[in-house]
Amino acid sequence: MATYEWFPRPRNYAFETKAFEAVAVPATSHPLKAITVTEVKKSGDKKEINRAPATSSAPKAVLGDPLGMSDPLSGGISVEFDGLDPLSRIMKGDSLTSGKASRADSIKISKLDEVDGGNSLSETFEPWSLKKAGILARYTTSEKLSITTSFLSPSDQEKVVIKTQTQSQTTGTVSDKVRNRLEQLDDFEEGSVKEMLNLSQQEYVKRIEELNQALITAWDSDHRVKALKIAIQCSKLLADVSVIPFYPSKFVLITDILDTFGRLVYERLLDKAQSSLPGSARPHRLSANFTSDEVPEAAKETCRNWFFKIASIRELIPRLYVEAALLKSYNFLNTGEYSDALLRLSLMSRGIGDPLVAVYSRCYLCRVGILVAPKFKEHIPRCFEDFITTFPQVQGETVQNTLALQKLEMPRYLTLFSPALDWILQCLAHSASETLLNETMDQCKQHCNNALMINSIMSAFQPQFIANRALVFTEMIRDCEGTGLPKHLLYRTLGLCLVVAETPEDQRLSVLNEVWKAVVKLKNPSDYIGCAEVWIEFVVKHCGKREINIFLGDIIKHMTPDRAYEDFYPQLQSVVSKVLAHQHDFSLLFSLDKFLTFIDMFQRESIKVEICKCILESFNKHQVTAINDPVVINAMMFLGKIMHDSVDALTLDDEKRVIGQLLCGFIRLVQFGRDFEQQLSFYVESRAYFSNLDAVLITLIHSVNNLAVETRRVVKGNHSSKTAPFVRACAAYCFITIPSLQAIFSQLQLYLLSGQVAILNQCYSQGDAFFKAAISLIPEVPKTMDGDSKSRSSEPYLLEFLYSFVATLLVTPDNPEAGVMYLLRGLLNVLHDYTWDPNSDARILVYSRVLAMLSAASQEEYLYHIDKVDSNDSMYGNDPKFLAEVKSMADTLIAEILTHLKTISAPEFSKRQSSLITEIVSVLLTTCDFSQQSVATLTVNLWGLAQKNGQADVKTLKKLLDVAKAKASAGSTAFQGLLPKLVINSS
Amino acid sequence: MAELDIRLKKVNKIYKEGDVIAGVVVVQSKGELQHQGITLIMEGMVNLQLSAKSVGLFEAFYNSLKPIQLLNYTLEVAKPGKLPNGKTEIPFEVPLKPKPGKTLYETYHGVFVNIQYLVRVEMKRSVFNKDLQKQTEFIIEYRSQEEKAKTKLVNFSITPDTLTNVKEKQNVPKFKVKGHIDSSCLQIVTPLTGELIVEVCEAPIKSIEIQLVRVETCGCAEGYAKDATEIQNIQIADGDVTRNLAIPIYMVFPRLFTCPSLSTNNFKIDFEINIVVVFADDHLVTENFPLKLTRF
Repeated sequence: MATYEWFPRPRNYAFETKAFEAVAVPATSHPLKAITVTEVKKSGDKKEINRAPATSSAPKAVLGDPLGMSDPLSGGISVEFDGLDPLSRIMKGDSLTSGKASRADSIKISKLDEVDGGNSLSETFEPWSLKKAGILARYTTSEKLSITTSFLSPSDQEKVVIKTQTQSQTTGTVSDKVRNRLEQLDDFEEGSVKEMLNLSQQEYVKRIEELNQALITAWDSDHRVKALKIAIQCSKLLADVSVIPFYPSKFVLITDILDTFGRLVYERLLDKAQSSLPGSARPHRLSANFTSDEVPEAAKETCRNWFFKIASIRELIPRLYVEAALLKSYNFLNTGEYSDALLRLSLMSRGIGDPLVAVYSRCYLCRVGILVAPKFKEHIPRCFEDFITTFPQVQGETVQNTLALQKLEMPRYLTLFSPALDWILQCLAHSASETLLNETMDQCKQHCNNALMINSIMSAFQPQFIANRALVFTEMIRDCEGTGLPKHLLYRTLGLCLVVAETPEDQRLSVLNEVWKAVVKLKNPSDYIGCAEVWIEFVVKHCGKREINIFLGDIIKHMTPDRAYEDFYPQLQSVVSKVLAHQHDFSLLFSLDKFLTFIDMFQRESIKVEICKCILESFNKHQVTAINDPVVINAMMFLGKIMHDSVDALTLDDEKRVIGQLLCGFIRLVQFGRDFEQQLSFYVESRAYFSNLDAVLITLIHSVNNLAVETRRVVKGNHSSKTAPFVRACAAYCFITIPSLQAIFSQLQLYLLSGQVAILNQCYSQGDAFFKAAISLIPEVPKTMDGDSKSRSSEPYLLEFLYSFVATLLVTPDNPEAGVMYLLRGLLNVLHDYTWDPNSDARILVYSRVLAMLSAASQEEYLYHIDKVDSNDSMYGNDPKFLAEVKSMADTLIAEILTHLKTISAPEFSKRQSSLITEIVSVLLTTCDFSQQSVATLTVNLWGLAQKNGQADVKTLKKLLDVAKAKASAGSTAFQGLLPKLVINSS
Repeated sequence: MAELDIRLKKVNKIYKEGDVIAGVVVVQSKGELQHQGITLIMEGMVNLQLSAKSVGLFEAFYNSLKPIQLLNYTLEVAKPGKLPNGKTEIPFEVPLKPKPGKTLYETYHGVFVNIQYLVRVEMKRSVFNKDLQKQTEFIIEYRSQEEKAKTKLVNFSITPDTLTNVKEKQNVPKFKVKGHIDSSCLQIVTPLTGELIVEVCEAPIKSIEIQLVRVETCGCAEGYAKDATEIQNIQIADGDVTRNLAIPIYMVFPRLFTCPSLSTNNFKIDFEINIVVVFADDHLVTENFPLKLTRF
């Protein structure tokens, strides 16, 4: 094999730049936008048509200035996504289909629809369905319940019997067993009313659900009377107050059944009305707001029968509930009839002696009323007044006896009222005026200045109304009767109102004083923190630093005894987040001596880290200007350290990333201006604190490099005796920090970058050290790297790094004590020994770039320089000895390349070989001197080889040929000689 | 197989004297149907019955207890012949006229007195086949009535002193229940309304109920049996209600089981209500109010 010699072509960069300078021409269309626009227009479905004018106006703007302020890309994307975004469309579709998934769901949804259909209900009205879950979760019991019904399926009854038997076996009394057997006997008699005893709450809920199913089944199989009986039996359960703490939940469960029943009856009647309309063979649709005149007589008759039947129900409570459940069906008889019915029913509820049962029945009336006739409100004040009048009943003998029997305390009992009362008041207060609030308050003051009532009023009316009377309310709370709801709950509710509304300025301080006087006295930490958690927001919103500090101090004082804080982390956390939400001045915040003490209360590691994150997040979000306040910095470092120390081997990547980002954000915000020394010492300190997180270290290295460059900018490149050591210190900082990074690639890149910065600052030996470190690191580069859940080959990254590295080496001056281009030699040695992937030509690609670089290095003056740094061109002054060294390196490389080409000369590699050769030829064409025979022959041979197997990329070859032609026509005789030998085989 | 059915044109089946009862006889048959004639009979009867306790006493004049026929009308709907396969509808119309000297009283279903109107259709068939029969009830309401409901407010006050059959007065707890019934003379379609206030009551109350009672009298000048039975009982208060709070009295009169108050030579139908206050110890206090029901 012949050895080819390499000769670099001398180049005149200035001349070339001029020759190739492109002339700027205004663009006619946006290169990226064009496709989008036509697509939008073509897609042209109906929705798009309305938008067409908007999109067509966008390209017009493009014509003038494609990349200017009116960049259409962002606009174009949003326009496109408005109509076509498939994700949101899927989401919509999903919600529709999943809505049909189960029957129970569809019932719920139809109920919600009713709420929507009640047109005059605004969105601010919280629907019952949202409250249900809350009530069910809150009012529970561990007592045994009993249910009286005749409508449970036999199999279930057996199960119940078995259960009760097992229970009785554990209790072991004979009478129980006997009773069970008797009950079993009773079961054979169909329709026997049976009392199931000893049900746990879950069992009870299950039974009720079964009753619901039984009702639906009975209805579906045309046993309407049975369905009615089930409904009646269910509502009878509401008269039972034997397990009183469970009553609100029971109410929720049973009224659900009643709702179902009411809906079934209504649908059935509607069906009947539509199918029996005279004069039409096919079912006819009644309009949504039909009047009773449109309803045929047959349907009316059926409807009347229902109401006659209900009117003859003996007991008061079932009669009331079932009629209320069917209220909507009055529409068939007489449009607007239900307003009379509602009033009558609300009066009827006066007959209920038990105040709890009565208030829930009123609640149900309001609930049904608001659905059926949202505009009709007369019954609501009635219900409310009646409640006030009957409220003294709770002191009555009957109630007291019940409570004594069930060992229930009065305050707990009173809380049972609140869901119903809240609902009634919500209905009353919904879009009500302030005068109504005044009236209500007067009533309340006169008749029952009760904590329960005040609490419900505060949560029902618009917070702004409450806020306007903040002082009055504080007085009311102070003076209200001792029994009933504990006052701290009232203060809490008041606080909740005040923080969302604007309290009149003159009232703020006195309200706070008044409230806090009471709250401070609370002994129970749970009561206390409940209030404090709410009121802290009021304080941060309206008061100054001193108050916040006092407030925090007070919380600490209350929470510290017996380590009470351990039980209230969530509340304390919310205190911190509320402070952070309103107070963005961090120097103020950290200057409060209580704030950090407060943070100290979080002693459980995970919570503490949460809090730190919270603070840092808020800091990153709200701190817009750089900081240098040592107090803030110290505090943040302290918090950051806690966060950082929580990271261990088991921490999730996401968690690490979040913490890393928060810390990086903080580090970037710390700026000492011209005080570079202090800045560096801050970075040193940060490194000591946060040494475990790659992200933070990388940020630190970048920051330090930035600092070095900044220093250079200040001295305008001429380092003084003071700045020179400083930048060297910076370099040293980087040099010792980089190896502690985990990721090899980050290390490589940072070595390169730091090396560049060092050279820029004329720290040659430091620069060399960086580059040497980078070179010696290359063998450690892994073949694959993990990213985004799958491992990929690291080669492209390595190549990119090497290209950039080689380009840097061009301007790196040689160390006079070492040989010519010793860094490059070192690199080549490492590359030669590096275990490349046998299936790739990466090494040769790097060699080709090195060839190009060597050609650049042989020029009299280099293409680019580093400011105030002498590169090899001025150091060696085109010394022939130097050139010979370069040439010999290049020769070696060419030999290497040719050897490699040989190894892939087998036909199966022909495509790979040919594309590699094209790559090399392009380098040769741009860099070599073709007046030298050796290079010319090499090029021509390679050109031929590339086309040997007919696998060459003809397009690229043509482009290369064009380059050669251009050179030749520019008068280069060498190219003119070469040109005829470069032939493209048109196969 | 054949089936016979009567369908009246009016869905609610309510007619008044002088109305025409119109409808169709529906014959559903598989295959041709041979018959010996279809007749339609319209009947109205007052049935009187004696309560068990009065039976012995009244055997003497059982005559007066014979059913009283108010209406009887027979009509041939189809002559003997054949009916085609499938559904045949034969329309009919009968004017509603009482038998001479009788009045069409309103329909009433009671215990000892029953006033009932029926349309019956019968299909005679050959000896080998059972005759087919089907009947349906229709309801009579007065067309007009001389006596109109006049509002007659009734105030009441129940205290231990108003009680009549108390043996030991000192055992009765102190109480005072006041109130009023808006009218004791009522149109049958309007509900009974009123108010009741428990002003004072020492003992806890368990329940307050309104009992609707029918008073049926059978007999004649020689002697009669009068029986009061409960129609329905409506609870208006449950538990120990708040004192001095007006509790509404409200009761819808059930259809069929009530009719306008009626008094004839042979029988009488009257209605009463009882206001019943039940105390927690199950003692109860009742106050009785006669009612006058009218159609108009």
